[in-house]
Amino acid sequence: MSHKLPPRSLYCRGIEAHEVALLEIKNLHVALEDGTEIVKGVDLSVGLNEKHAIMGPNGSGKSTLAYALMGHPAYVITEGEILLDGVDIVDMGADERAQRGLFLAFQYPHAVPGVTVTSFLRSALNAIRKARAGGTDNPIPIPEFRKELLGAMERLKVPRELASRYLNDGFSGGEKKRVEILQMALLKPRIAVLDETDSGLDIDALKIVAGGVNDLVGPEMGALVITHYQRILDYVKPDFVHVFVDGRIVAEGGPELAHTLEADGYEAFIPAAEAV
Amino acid sequence: MSTQHETDTVKEIRSEYKYGFSNPDEAKDYFFKSGRGLSPELVAAISAHKNEPEWMLKFRLKSLDYFNARPLPAWGGNVAEIDFDNIFYYIKPTEKQADKWEDLPADILDTWDKLGIPEAEKKYLAGVGAQYESEVVYHKLQADLEAKGVIFLDMDSALRDHEDIVKQHMGTIIPQNDNKFAALNSAVWSGGSFIYVPPGVRIEMPLQAYFRINAENMGQFERTLIIVDEDAYVHYVEGCTAPIYSSDSLHSAVVEIIVKPRGRCRYTTIQNWSNNVYNLVTKRAIAYEDATMEWVDGNLGSKLTMKYPAIWLMGDRAHGEVLSIAFAGKGQHQDAGGKCVHVAPNTTSVITSKSISKDGGRAGYRGLLEVAKGAHGARSKVVCDALILDEESRSDTYPYIRIDESDVNIGHEATVSKIGEEQLFYLMSRGLSEAEASAMIVSGFVEPITKELPLEYAVEMNRLILLQMEGSVG
Repeated sequence: MSHKLPPRSLYCRGIEAHEVALLEIKNLHVALEDGTEIVKGVDLSVGLNEKHAIMGPNGSGKSTLAYALMGHPAYVITEGEILLDGVDIVDMGADERAQRGLFLAFQYPHAVPGVTVTSFLRSALNAIRKARAGGTDNPIPIPEFRKELLGAMERLKVPRELASRYLNDGFSGGEKKRVEILQMALLKPRIAVLDETDSGLDIDALKIVAGGVNDLVGPEMGALVITHYQRILDYVKPDFVHVFVDGRIVAEGGPELAHTLEADGYEAFIPAAEAV
Repeated sequence: MSTQHETDTVKEIRSEYKYGFSNPDEAKDYFFKSGRGLSPELVAAISAHKNEPEWMLKFRLKSLDYFNARPLPAWGGNVAEIDFDNIFYYIKPTEKQADKWEDLPADILDTWDKLGIPEAEKKYLAGVGAQYESEVVYHKLQADLEAKGVIFLDMDSALRDHEDIVKQHMGTIIPQNDNKFAALNSAVWSGGSFIYVPPGVRIEMPLQAYFRINAENMGQFERTLIIVDEDAYVHYVEGCTAPIYSSDSLHSAVVEIIVKPRGRCRYTTIQNWSNNVYNLVTKRAIAYEDATMEWVDGNLGSKLTMKYPAIWLMGDRAHGEVLSIAFAGKGQHQDAGGKCVHVAPNTTSVITSKSISKDGGRAGYRGLLEVAKGAHGARSKVVCDALILDEESRSDTYPYIRIDESDVNIGHEATVSKIGEEQLFYLMSRGLSEAEASAMIVSGFVEPITKELPLEYAVEMNRLILLQMEGSVG
């Protein structure tokens, strides 16, 4: 078994299919506000209709990478570029990144008391529609919204009553994760980043959530699944696996790499990081 | 009216406040306008102009003595800057009250149209009173309610047509010397609403009063008395706006409410005065056996508001609720809250206060919960939550509790929170701008109160909150 990177052409068919990859991360360095560097130079490309997995141990900086992609103000991009459809989004706020088609499914979604799931989703959808209409209001007609919402809830087996509850307020871990995927289904991003979406899910919920991701990845969307465990990858079968240790991608390969990790653990990759 | 000098502050307020328009040219057309300042002669002139009975003139003059004798309150907000000598205490805009909108002078009708009142009346109101400066210029009650014996009049007409009821009740809930501003109101009151709901009559649609100050340095002193008889129900809604001037106006109302056994009264206020109005209002209700009194009090406008709607639970099992929203932006101080006094056994009360401060504004909760000896089995819950939107803003909580009875169940919760970076980021990651995300968090924060409002008012309240939020971030 080799930890060396395979030739790029073997795992980057997305780039061959599109002249410009949908999401292109180039030499990305991310630091905390106190200057501590967490992400130490990442290169990664994700195209439409591609599923990528980033696997790494706790504390390797995976979630920081996810937050930095989405534009969290506490994480400073000190070097590098994030290109979405060829446009550098590093200086944009999270709202503009979302409007351009980036989505992050949170590991710990926040509660917004007093705001129902339905009203939140409609506001978010209308904000995105407005941005895409060049800043002119273009609200989704309510019957259409209702149909889409109910359809997506049905597919993701989200109980009806959740729609009228306050967003993530008192939700179980599994309900929160399902509602994250529900948001993804309604907002229809071009690139979805899923941060530890599998954590805290029982096997049935995991299957539903994974099914939701599989349904959405296609000619309109690519996905980047960040996870500690192989488990979710049994259901969201990645086309590409990137092993992430100490802020860097230390190995890349096809789906078989996930199984190697499952058998050998991350320890085998740690020297590779230290050697860089 | 003097030429308007628009200071930067005024421009700033005007940019966000959509009711800041005025009708400057009509001042000369006022039917009657008093001079500035307060004196026994002025009080007598108001009373004479209104053709009042002798006892009312005496009530007014005595009240003026009380007002002059009392010091300004040293607590709450800064009232020391009010220039009582510079205020117009009485302006009568039209000769007669209208019961058809089209009978109003064009400029005044235009004001009401801009505020959407005639439209709202058509759609969802059972009756409307519209006060412009000192007088109610339009008043109308649905005919079927009139037939059932409901009385909905402006206070001056009530004094003429139902003098005995007014004389019997006015000043019994809020004595004329209750506080300095209640004394001032008692001396120079004009306008306001009088409502009587006969036994068993339930008015399903709200009655609305709308208060508009148009003149600069105006003092508006409406006086309201509501009597809900046994098993009756009424929901009364009041709204308030004013134009923006570079010098201040004063609004000082007195509202007295009596809810008889098994009756229910809900009183909703959406206060949106411009940021140059002192809003110093005394509101108090008494509730008898099994009666329910509810104050829903939204304070979004004004320079300074000091208002603590009170409920005295006088009969067994009476229930009181105060729902209060106070939103203070730049240059605003909202000292709001509520009082519940349990006098009878097994009475219950809930006070829910939500205050929001931003851009250096100051919003707070000041409340009193009192249980008298003998009010055994009383239960009360006080919840006050504050949301502070930035480092410059301030929130205060003064929850006074006095309990003279041991068999009671009292709960008090208070929270102070800030809009968290994580919560904002979460919403923005869904495409909402920072302003939209903040507004959504604030709307959610006040939702326990807005959900109690009829739909039209909930929409209005949320819209006003959005307006307050605009330009506050980014």
